[in-house]
Amino acid sequence: MKVVVDMNKCQDHGQCVFAAPDVFHFDSEGRLAHLPEAAEASREEVEEAVDVCPLQAIRIED
Amino acid sequence: MSGTVVVAGASMAGLRAAEQLRAAGWHGPVVLVGDEPHMPYNRPPLSKEVLAGKASFASLAFRPRASVSDVRWRLGTRVVGADLDRRTVQLDSGEQLPYAGLVVATGMRPRRLPCPGPVQGRHTVRTLADARRLREALTRPGARVVVVGAGFIGCEVASTALALGADRVTVVDPQPLPMVGPLGALLAEALLDRHRRRGVQFALGTQVTAFQGDDRVSGVVLADGTALAADVVVESVGSLANTEWLEGNGLDLTNGVLTDEHLRAGGRPDVVAVGDVARFPNARYDGVARRVEHWSIPTDTAKHAARVLTAHLTGTGVPLGPFAPLPTFWSDQHDFRLQSFGAPVLGMDDVRVLDGDPAGDPEGDLLVGYHRGEHLVGVVALGGRRAVAAAARYRAELLEQPALAVPLEEHK
Repeated sequence: MKVVVDMNKCQDHGQCVFAAPDVFHFDSEGRLAHLPEAAEASREEVEEAVDVCPLQAIRIED
Repeated sequence: MSGTVVVAGASMAGLRAAEQLRAAGWHGPVVLVGDEPHMPYNRPPLSKEVLAGKASFASLAFRPRASVSDVRWRLGTRVVGADLDRRTVQLDSGEQLPYAGLVVATGMRPRRLPCPGPVQGRHTVRTLADARRLREALTRPGARVVVVGAGFIGCEVASTALALGADRVTVVDPQPLPMVGPLGALLAEALLDRHRRRGVQFALGTQVTAFQGDDRVSGVVLADGTALAADVVVESVGSLANTEWLEGNGLDLTNGVLTDEHLRAGGRPDVVAVGDVARFPNARYDGVARRVEHWSIPTDTAKHAARVLTAHLTGTGVPLGPFAPLPTFWSDQHDFRLQSFGAPVLGMDDVRVLDGDPAGDPEGDLLVGYHRGEHLVGVVALGGRRAVAAAARYRAELLEQPALAVPLEEHK
């Protein structure tokens, strides 16, 4: 499952980090970073991350 | 069991409810009824990016999950009544919709000031249409703007109006400090200072008693008789729950729809409430039912309520423990952000600076903790990205705190 984050939209709220910590994290500067490929087992968590992003900046591409 | 789930309200909470019904295994018909003509969209940008002209509707609209491609949307349609014993809702067209399950997601509308005077030139910010009208008014050169209400929306609008080139922006509030209710005096003072340094003016500890002008607003009169010239007035003085359509069904509709610990209304297993219209107890805290108008709540409530409703409709038991979300909110104003985790209002008697120095650099990052007894119940960061990330590091600690045993008075 491909995870795409529009970094022009992202404002580092980090809600995705709480929803799917295996896929999203903050770097040492507080900027969002993520894995571009996520395991199928993480789908529910990543869907939740999509929902909780205040900027609607995350999408899943199958 | 067969039948239709009717979702009354088609904004974020309604959409999330529909999606979560599918995720919970409800494969039957779902109808969403919403009075706005638009598909559900994201509201936080209304007081910021939309006002500033930086966001199109396409960028606000939620992308519904594929799982809800078969739900029926009744947009531009208002629910005007319900008979919960007969399991029907009435639409403004006169039509009656029968349901097997009902999701109450009708949200809030802005409260208006009851003061005498003209109506033209007075704005609220709740819907896309509101924001577009206000933007048109704010982009006239040299606008003098009075924002009534120094809460989050009021302060966001004030900062956006200033950025748009308003000649003067004054925020009026009966409280002595902006946002003091949800944040406490320590942060509220820091915020007041930052707003003033950027050019926002404040008339605090007073209120508007009348509007001046013939056909349209030309000024506001304050309690002490002072008059402020105004071309544009923004009223951000709280909101009212859209629950009139539920009257006559024996529900407690005092300040929203009172629910049990599973978001069910009036002891009925087939009626749940989601979003900011729901007044629910949070098992994480003290069991007192409160409405919560944070952005995260529609999604949190939808997930829990949909599972509970689906379990009822499919004849299985409630599959999960009581609803216990961790509240979280943010607010972007000027060039800084506020980020909150937990429930600061429950820890207002013991507010401690966790990082930063409020007496030092007036623009420095601040991280503040709110305590009840020895327990941390909320943190709020003010500043940039690093402050927000620092607040996030306390989130796990907040999640681990035991529930508060002693009920507290409702703070708002």
